[in-house]
Amino acid sequence: MERAPRSTTSTRTTNDEMGTEMTETAPETITGAQSLVRALEQADVEVIFGIPGGAILPAYDPLFDSSIRHILVRHEQGAGHAAQGYAMVTGKVGVCMATSGPGATNLVTAIADAYLDSVPIVAVTGQVASSVIGSDAFQEADIRGITMPITKHSFLVTDPAEIPTVIAEAFHIASTGRPGPVLVDIAKDALQADTIFQWPNELALPGYRPTTRPHNKQVREAARLIAEAERPVLYIGGGVIKADASAELLELAEQTQIPVVTTLMARGAFPDAHELHLGMPGMHGTVAAVAGLQKADLLITLGARFDDRVTGDLASFAPDAKVIHADIDPAEIGKNREADVPIVGDAREVIGDLVRALKKQADEDQLVGEYAQWREFVLGLKAKFPVGYDKPSTGLAPQTVIERISKVAGPEAVYASGVGQHQMWSAHFIDFERPRQWLNSGGAGTMGYSVPAAMGAKVGAPERVVWAIDGDGCFQMTNQELATCAIEGIPIKVAVINNSSLGMVRQWQTLFYEGRYSNTDLHTGPESIGALRIPDFVKLAEAYGCVGLRCESEDELDEVIAKAMSINDAPVVIDFVVERDAMVWPMVAAGTSNDDIKIARDLAPNWEEEDL
Amino acid sequence: MPQHTLSVLVENTPGVLARVSSLFMRRGFNIDSLAVGPTEIPEVSRMTIVVNVEELPLEQVTKQLNKLVNVLKIVELDSSNAVERELMLIKVKADLATRGQVLETVQLFRAKVVDVANDSVTIEATGAAAKLNAMLNVLEPFGIREIAQSGRVAIGRGSRSITDRALRAVPGAVNG
Repeated sequence: MERAPRSTTSTRTTNDEMGTEMTETAPETITGAQSLVRALEQADVEVIFGIPGGAILPAYDPLFDSSIRHILVRHEQGAGHAAQGYAMVTGKVGVCMATSGPGATNLVTAIADAYLDSVPIVAVTGQVASSVIGSDAFQEADIRGITMPITKHSFLVTDPAEIPTVIAEAFHIASTGRPGPVLVDIAKDALQADTIFQWPNELALPGYRPTTRPHNKQVREAARLIAEAERPVLYIGGGVIKADASAELLELAEQTQIPVVTTLMARGAFPDAHELHLGMPGMHGTVAAVAGLQKADLLITLGARFDDRVTGDLASFAPDAKVIHADIDPAEIGKNREADVPIVGDAREVIGDLVRALKKQADEDQLVGEYAQWREFVLGLKAKFPVGYDKPSTGLAPQTVIERISKVAGPEAVYASGVGQHQMWSAHFIDFERPRQWLNSGGAGTMGYSVPAAMGAKVGAPERVVWAIDGDGCFQMTNQELATCAIEGIPIKVAVINNSSLGMVRQWQTLFYEGRYSNTDLHTGPESIGALRIPDFVKLAEAYGCVGLRCESEDELDEVIAKAMSINDAPVVIDFVVERDAMVWPMVAAGTSNDDIKIARDLAPNWEEEDL
Repeated sequence: MPQHTLSVLVENTPGVLARVSSLFMRRGFNIDSLAVGPTEIPEVSRMTIVVNVEELPLEQVTKQLNKLVNVLKIVELDSSNAVERELMLIKVKADLATRGQVLETVQLFRAKVVDVANDSVTIEATGAAAKLNAMLNVLEPFGIREIAQSGRVAIGRGSRSITDRALRAVPGAVNG
């Protein structure tokens, strides 16, 4: 958004005209770059992940003197994911910075990821000088145009006077309402020109008014549906974590005794140890969670969006259920599934209001839902079909590795996963007890998210142990950030769940393509399986200044994890050489109904036996 | 599919047209016509967008449009309660033999001739889409050489205005 130049304050002009010395009220003339850094300081930024280059170079000079810590990454995608990781653990806005052209386009994947997972980040990019914008100048890319469909909003700044206002607006937009990525593209000449710093007292965003307070009538209507329901489920999405509404959710669940499912983005929003928790729903969900949604007569949907990975075939999803759908983004309500009671608002406010409305309804009208039989049914499924796995006769089971790391590091640690089998195993076998314990790329499914996100998380929460649970495929996409971690003193721990292949794709090839393993063998495994061990992850770790460890059998597991936990002055990479044929179960095949969930290959629950 | 006319008030800033049109493209909606122009408030532009969609996807596209920071207000205009106009310039073959009949058609549709050449006339016509189509049908036999047509513009009937209170600032939501 470009604007006409604003008049600067009159004090300065007057002083100049009179030829007198500047008084204290006279604003100081600084460069656009200095103004940018000052604005970022004013926005409470404590860390920026980025890489300098031609167009953004002016900004790096004042940054050198700033209180803001700049972490020099090795690839801009790493900067973007690091900003996401930082934002996810702190709840604050993450910031990444890049130069024009390829620097900016390298941020695109992370921006798209943040857009789909509603992560508040601000990406600051340098742009070529305004006089040559549009001329295909050196390192020119229309990054605002490129990112338009994947940003919550974006700005192009050519007037240095605009910088403070644009930064204030960018942080406000990124962090409020449904959070998301905001891009600020600044022309090089605007960074170099003289300007006056003026932080805006108020923001003029007449077209941006997120609704946070839920409508009373809708909340009362929801409370009535809840009391009338016989088979309700609390369907919890990532919005509950973004809204810091876990305490309220616990209160609601315990007050009503309604079973809870937490989506991939909501793992940790409700404690796994809680009796009412049925686990994760969806394509690789638990039987109890998937069946709970399928057989429910009411879905109390809080900060979730009926994603295809949760619903499977939409037409046959939860066919008997009425839907209460609360979300801060009105466009999510009714998008995939029609809502009987739509509620627009912040999850924390919605849940708080619901708790009060249910209490009032119970006190005044003696209306209380009774779900004992339903609870017995779903908790029975939970007991009968726990998430489990068969250990292979030889070799190390990937699930065991993840389970054991969780046991040792505990729920106070932070876990960031990549995308694929190891992600699903992490979602199931890590014990999630608190919000912001779990970071992953849920919506976009970005391989390579893990290492840089873990790096950002460790910077945001240096006191916590941070584990990147990565796959051998994912790890090779962004592991250059190990150099950043080693040099900047960011001691993350990386568990490479190395099955020497693109495991999830391989699983689909096993199941749906007659075991024709087209282009999924990565050769990162040992000679014993005919692989070439390229690269050798232990050597790679050492080359990057990290500690490299390897674990090839369950006997070594505890010792290796203990060793990794004991090293706190360097990043640690562990090559867990796991059995390559392990599969993720349960599974609902893509495009089929959730009723057809399989708990293992060709093995489905007998629903006739399980009927209510 | 039914046709809907949306009046969209937007901040008058560069890039806003791209944001709106790319949103339609990304969400898979075809725009039948789009007209953009200033309003009585200098900072506000008005887009009149005609789309062919069912109710439910229309609601979705309206909600998505509302999420754009530069979009201030969206109103769907019901054609029974709005004045809708399109402007069309038509270059028609008209020699000495046929010019009389062409001019008669122009009269009939209360259009006007804005340019004349030896063997053609250029007609300016405004009206609702149905009227313009009817006129085109009548002119067809003479030989239409070129058409330039505007997008639809529309305004609600009666004294109410949709631009009232369109600009309401967000107070003091600033850090520090």
